[in-house]
Amino acid sequence: RVKIVEVGPRDGLQNEKTLVPTEVKIHLIDMLSEAGLPVIEATSFVSPKWVPQMADQVEVMKGINRRPGVSYPVLTPNLKGFQAAVKAGAAEVAIFGAASELFSKKNINCSVDESLQRFEEVTKAAKEAGVRVRGYVSCVLGCPYEGQVSPDKVAQVTKRLYSMGCYEISLGDTIGVGTPGGMTEMLEAVSREVPVDALAVHCHDTYGQALANILIALQMGISVVDSSVAGLGGCPYAQGASGNVATEDVVYMLHGLGIQTGVDLPKLMDAGAFICSSLNRKTSSKVAQAACKL
Amino acid sequence: MGNIPTTVKHCLSYEQLIQDYPWLGSRLQEEKCTLTREYPEYVKIIEVGPRDGLQNEKEMVPTRVKIQLINMLSETGLPVIEATSFVSSKWVPQMADHTEVLQAIHRSSHARYPVLTPNMHGFQDAVAAGATEVAVFGSASETFSRKNINCSIDDSMLRFEEVICTAKQQQIPVRGYVSCALGCPYEGPIEPTKVAEVVKRLYELGCYEVSLGDTIGVGTPGSMAKMLRYVMKEVPSSALAVHCHDTYGQALANILTALQMGICAVDSSVAGLGGCPYAQGASGNVSTEDVLYMLHGMGIKTGVDLSKVIEAGDFICKALNRKTNSKVAQARSKSS
Repeated sequence: RVKIVEVGPRDGLQNEKTLVPTEVKIHLIDMLSEAGLPVIEATSFVSPKWVPQMADQVEVMKGINRRPGVSYPVLTPNLKGFQAAVKAGAAEVAIFGAASELFSKKNINCSVDESLQRFEEVTKAAKEAGVRVRGYVSCVLGCPYEGQVSPDKVAQVTKRLYSMGCYEISLGDTIGVGTPGGMTEMLEAVSREVPVDALAVHCHDTYGQALANILIALQMGISVVDSSVAGLGGCPYAQGASGNVATEDVVYMLHGLGIQTGVDLPKLMDAGAFICSSLNRKTSSKVAQAACKL
Repeated sequence: MGNIPTTVKHCLSYEQLIQDYPWLGSRLQEEKCTLTREYPEYVKIIEVGPRDGLQNEKEMVPTRVKIQLINMLSETGLPVIEATSFVSSKWVPQMADHTEVLQAIHRSSHARYPVLTPNMHGFQDAVAAGATEVAVFGSASETFSRKNINCSIDDSMLRFEEVICTAKQQQIPVRGYVSCALGCPYEGPIEPTKVAEVVKRLYELGCYEVSLGDTIGVGTPGSMAKMLRYVMKEVPSSALAVHCHDTYGQALANILTALQMGICAVDSSVAGLGGCPYAQGASGNVSTEDVLYMLHGMGIKTGVDLSKVIEAGDFICKALNRKTNSKVAQARSKSS
């Protein structure tokens, strides 16, 4: 069995140029809940100054129909965001680190160490409040600024997030440059430090490698995969190129392998069709493209 | 074997290994689940863009453009480039200029230029035009065979036998294709035993290699592994190739699975030329650029220069006035 973590409403929409009305976001999340996804990243408690797309964070949290058994984590970059998230009813939060120093500096304006200290505040507060924390590590297979990233560095950062109390850490191929070779090497290094049960992969399809990379990760014991409905969310580092891997395509592969996900693919495709027509864009999912044209 | 989901285990060669050598089982239990996979050191890429790709593009392509495309592809180091098809121009107008194309291209000494020959007539024309390698196209699905080439699988094999025998006498190698290896647009799922049967027949008739085609791209690593297991009982992996379509985005994962099972020849199409005739507007052939990116990233040699393939892809896309289907080409042209 594989757990799909649907990041479309947060990671996906955050990287789409068109601003999406709140009711559309809420409807999307509700449709995704109906499709059987077990985890749906709902929004981000980051300052609207930096990410205007997520400015309606509180409204979205309060507006969605939470399906029993489904988790709706939200991003919380710091303690302030965490407090606002809990106030708005969040039961799970996520923190976002990097395996690359340059990326950390450019993205969140501080070194990897400093960011980890910030996150420790969040994980402490979360423990006290009984809130689960998921960790993300970006640039695990390459960085837009540094180029190659050492698997040991990835392992170090992952280990720290795990020791801080993250129940799961999602390893992100942020610019999609990874291939099965690099994925294997990186996962070998990381799984020496953190149990494979606590790991997830977040592959980008910028170079078309995502499904192959996910397959390798599954073969190495990973059983949690992040993906984005309709492949929402382009790549901010390669204008016009694709970003997140499409949930429909991942589910198609997993079901074809006889792996259970609990996801209803036709309902998922409905959600994808809905958000694409709202965004006035074509789907990035090949399954969706093929299915609607047969 | 650690935390690998049970249902994925059947894809792994370890299972076969444990079946064959039961004493290994306990030793493997102690291993951590990090697998050292063995991949081929070298993978041969069979570039099908100029034939399979262009044949499935709506736009008619001028002869000089086809020639230039093939010449550019020859410069990339590609070892095999499917140049054209000696099929009746009544059926496939895009390939009507087959003789001109074959005679005008610069043939690199490092490459081979097979051409499709559906029957003796086509074969004779191909040889007269200078062909030094030909290909025949069978199907694992009866319905597809009847709809596509107007005859049963058995009848098509008789036709091919003629071609292959004559080719053998003239020392012209013949490559075989089997379409619908992982599913048929008419029949749905295809039994791996049927695929194995057809592949075996082509191999025994004398094809040096048989390319297994996922014609409608519905295959996944699960069905690919199953099909290959059956086929490899009949034909050695060194005589097999995979021809994956990316209609459902599964191509690279399927190719990876094939490599893990010992296949080391992969068909692909520059810029992912050639849509799917069964799903209007959906994609078809997997892009050579994306395959190369994966293989090179894994340290597998191909002898091909990726940037030159991207250039060839740019050229043909401009000529066709269409966007590339290759994600690598898209990313490279747009990165800051």
